[in-house]
Amino acid sequence: MTNIVRDIEFWRLCAGYVFILLLIAFVKWRGLKREKRIIISTARMTIQLVLVGYILTYIFEEPNPYLISLIVLFMLTFAIFNTFKQVAKTLTKKLKKIIALSMVAGSLITLVYFNIVVIHFQPWYEPQYLIPIAGMIIGNSMTGIALGVKNLLDGIHRERHLIEGALMLGATPEVATKSVVNSAFDSAILPTINNMVGMGIVFLPGMMTGQILAGISPLIAIEYQIAILLGITGSVALTIMIFTHYGYKTFFNERDQFEI
Amino acid sequence: MFTIKNLHFKEILEIETMDIPENKITCIVGESGAGKSTLLKMLNIMLSPDQGEIYYKGKSLLKEDPIKHRRLVVMLPQQPTIFDGTIRENINIGLEFSGNDAQDDSKLLNALELVHLAKRLDEDAETLSGGEKQRLALARAYIMNPEVFLLDEPTAALDDDTEDKVMESFINKIKENNQTAVLITHSQKLAAKYGENTITLNKKGGGSK
Repeated sequence: MTNIVRDIEFWRLCAGYVFILLLIAFVKWRGLKREKRIIISTARMTIQLVLVGYILTYIFEEPNPYLISLIVLFMLTFAIFNTFKQVAKTLTKKLKKIIALSMVAGSLITLVYFNIVVIHFQPWYEPQYLIPIAGMIIGNSMTGIALGVKNLLDGIHRERHLIEGALMLGATPEVATKSVVNSAFDSAILPTINNMVGMGIVFLPGMMTGQILAGISPLIAIEYQIAILLGITGSVALTIMIFTHYGYKTFFNERDQFEI
Repeated sequence: MFTIKNLHFKEILEIETMDIPENKITCIVGESGAGKSTLLKMLNIMLSPDQGEIYYKGKSLLKEDPIKHRRLVVMLPQQPTIFDGTIRENINIGLEFSGNDAQDDSKLLNALELVHLAKRLDEDAETLSGGEKQRLALARAYIMNPEVFLLDEPTAALDDDTEDKVMESFINKIKENNQTAVLITHSQKLAAKYGENTITLNKKGGGSK
């Protein structure tokens, strides 16, 4: 096994865009009116990745803990706003605060534990490790919490009548919303759990594929992959736990009255 | 038992003074949109007035713990609340909500008998008809043994005959136990027969007895 990575020649990389042309031709033929979206998405992907490539090169050459922390914070902020957007429902200020708090606490606690105890790299801001790991952890927490928020909102609206009926009999908001909160938690964590089942059989995960392509031994690649999957599970779980624990409370006022 | 002073709530309710006596059956009547359900929710602290105060046994509801209060003054909404599970679970859930232990089957069956619901305890509550669900909700409230029952159209889905039978046994039991009930009804007949105190709410507010 060699550690020298094959560089893709420029024209060969350009040849990869044939797949996009094929897709555009297909949607045009079917009258799907998706050409603009495909072109914008492909252009964004290309520009964003080229920029990231240059930024990471710069950061890797001169690692600066402040700059790297700033990047992690930027990723978190982007993930939080993206969650607001993904949910596509009007979120109250209180709920937005809880989403932000859950994302920050869930991702950062996992990231610190994972980097210090599990992967154990030094210095702590080593960008080659910190940035991709933070990306995976924050990205998965974002997907998880978006599902959790959506299901909590849907459940609260759908079961509004049952929740109100329970409150009228003296149930605490926690008891009255228990089944809705549990099902929101379940729906948010389930994709992460299911993802582990197909691992290595149905597909080779992205990170592991990348490492193998880069010439790393598959045995080391799976070590990282197992570790990162555990980290992702931990981060999603922690983020959703914090969110569901505090999120349902935003639907009640200080007099334990239902406010939706 | 309840005293209301200078209550104002949005454009819905405007009550200068109102008294709801203890150990009596009070019927609230009035046209749709007069704020009957809103008033009941305020007595249960599911809503708070914009202005004015409601007193329960001389103590302002603003100073009451809402959860503790709702366990003493339980409310049944117009549309019966039925949870997933059996009839047994549905009756016991009220006790669970109020932090009490589940009751023996014999007591649960007594409660069903009181509301004239001849069903097995292990039947799925979701299979019941609208009227049966209403009676199940009434049995659940009864077993909680509260000080006050706030009932929003508790027999709206029942035929006249069943309504009469259910209300008669339920109200007799409440009186026997020295409990209080406030019930909203569209039925003048029901109000005339069981109401010891009748409150008429008018659409633009104002409570008159």
